[in-house]
Amino acid sequence: MTDVIMPQMGESIAEGTIVKWFKEVGQPVKKDEPLFEMSTDKVDAEIPSPGEGVLLEILVGPGTTVDVGKVVGRIGVAGTAPSGGQQSTVDSRQEKTAPARELVAAAAPARTNSHGVASVEELRRVRSSPLVRKIAAEHGVDLARVGPGTGISGRVTKTDIMAFLEKGPSVQEAPAQAPVTVPARFFHTPTPGQKFEPFSPMREKIAEHMVMSQAISAHVCTFFEVDMTRVARLRSKHRAAYESKGVKLTFTPFVMKAAIDALLEFPILNSSIVDKKVYYHPNVNLGLAVALDWGLIVPVVHKAEEKSLLGLTRSLADLAERARIKKLAPEEVAGGTFTITNPGIYGSLIGTPVINQPQVAILGMGAVTKRAVVTEEDAIAIRHMVYMALSFDHRIIDGATADKFMSRVKATLQEFPESAM
Amino acid sequence: MVRRLGLVPYEEAIELQQEVVEQRQRDEIPDTVLLLRHPPIITVGSRGDLKDVLMPGDIPVVETKRGGQVTYHGPDQLVAWAIMRVTDLHKHLRFLEQVVIDVLQSYGLKGERVEGRTGVWVGGNKICAIGVRASRWVTSHGLALNVGPDLSAFERIVPCGITDAGVTSLNQELGHTPPDPEARFEAILLSTVDC
Repeated sequence: MTDVIMPQMGESIAEGTIVKWFKEVGQPVKKDEPLFEMSTDKVDAEIPSPGEGVLLEILVGPGTTVDVGKVVGRIGVAGTAPSGGQQSTVDSRQEKTAPARELVAAAAPARTNSHGVASVEELRRVRSSPLVRKIAAEHGVDLARVGPGTGISGRVTKTDIMAFLEKGPSVQEAPAQAPVTVPARFFHTPTPGQKFEPFSPMREKIAEHMVMSQAISAHVCTFFEVDMTRVARLRSKHRAAYESKGVKLTFTPFVMKAAIDALLEFPILNSSIVDKKVYYHPNVNLGLAVALDWGLIVPVVHKAEEKSLLGLTRSLADLAERARIKKLAPEEVAGGTFTITNPGIYGSLIGTPVINQPQVAILGMGAVTKRAVVTEEDAIAIRHMVYMALSFDHRIIDGATADKFMSRVKATLQEFPESAM
Repeated sequence: MVRRLGLVPYEEAIELQQEVVEQRQRDEIPDTVLLLRHPPIITVGSRGDLKDVLMPGDIPVVETKRGGQVTYHGPDQLVAWAIMRVTDLHKHLRFLEQVVIDVLQSYGLKGERVEGRTGVWVGGNKICAIGVRASRWVTSHGLALNVGPDLSAFERIVPCGITDAGVTSLNQELGHTPPDPEARFEAILLSTVDC
């Protein structure tokens, strides 16, 4: 016999109302056939039957609200007397304490696609004797559910299966409600009262994108050290002029400009791979990773190659500000062809960024710090230095190309033309 | 996958939705969102009460298999039906609300949730109604966002059984009807979820 329970429809849902039963007592029901309909304030749901047989009893009638985990009906072989004496009684008060076993059954996915489970299942099925398999088939029992048997290598013996059949319904056929599409890889038993936080949609998106990117691209990272002293000087010199135009001049626009020039010279870094074809993008749509308190977003400066240093500075400030107040239009976070990320603002010296798909490379800059450097003239000087990392997709970009690109970025920054200010 | 269907009579849309739901249940298709509009109609959900249909006039009234009570649909609305495989139905409601809140935000409007009253609200008035059905863990129905100016038909019903709050629309909040809100909705939806 199989208990039909009120399933857990969501983490925050504690109870549900039975709307109607699709079957009457005595009617046959197939596994997964809609059995009853339940409703919570804004959601209606058809609940599939957890087992096959005949609907033996309905314990909770339409219009009654009961806690999740409560047994609302029973399914079994025709003619079997329902266990327990409370046939067809509808009492919602007594059900506040749903038996723990049933709650567990509700939460535990009975079928998973996990490879491990399948192989154990297979093992037991194959290794059990024909007699045991015959008994199992006659009673509609899945041998994998009988658990490790007392036979060799966990094989299920005749004694095991007879004991199992005697034990009764709930163990025999744990009602399966939550379909699990992704097998759980890690198990963690939360300590009582331990806090947890479900993924936000943004976090889910980031997590998925990061793993996908690592799976798609052959990530290789190359590191360069760039002397930013000239840029630092230009920045100090022109800072006031930029401020009078309402923008703060940081190092980032210089790096953007250097990257744009290099992308125009090495267009393969400004491309995407689709079906073994490289698509070159006619414009440089420059993505800029912006850290948010609640995640990360990459707004895009479209046609960045058409913008002056002042224009880039303005776009950067505007996009970063609007990203933080959630005022970006959808088109402003789409269509990027290359991305720059700046972990340096939090003090990082260098990192290995993950490519923002479907792009093929990403430039990361570390913190600009003053360091003692040996100059061309073999003197030791104090210079503004930065480490830069380029993660590139080795499927289409080879090391030599990536390094030529980075050399170009480095040269532009070290010899930044004042005319571009 | 997002499918833009345009103006589709309610009953016809229900039939199409049923096909999509069955395909999704068999895992033949990915999660799918149907974007559509309906000619004027009053729909009564499973928890609806016909006494909330005050004076339908010439607007047809149909009972429908979704959660929630009574609502009105008309061509000035954006309707999104989400046929998605889910594991948590309340999370699904919050997800639908979030997409609408993000869409509103992209127009500079502050959409809010009200505890115990599923839907999205602007300044105390309801701009988006939500009602969902699930069958074998595949959802259907979804949300109706008021876009255009014609809200008069809401006076013919008690929307969602709520008597102490009004309804509003993008047009009413912005002073104009934004062009192609479906494109905006689709872009934000796709930036939130794979479908």
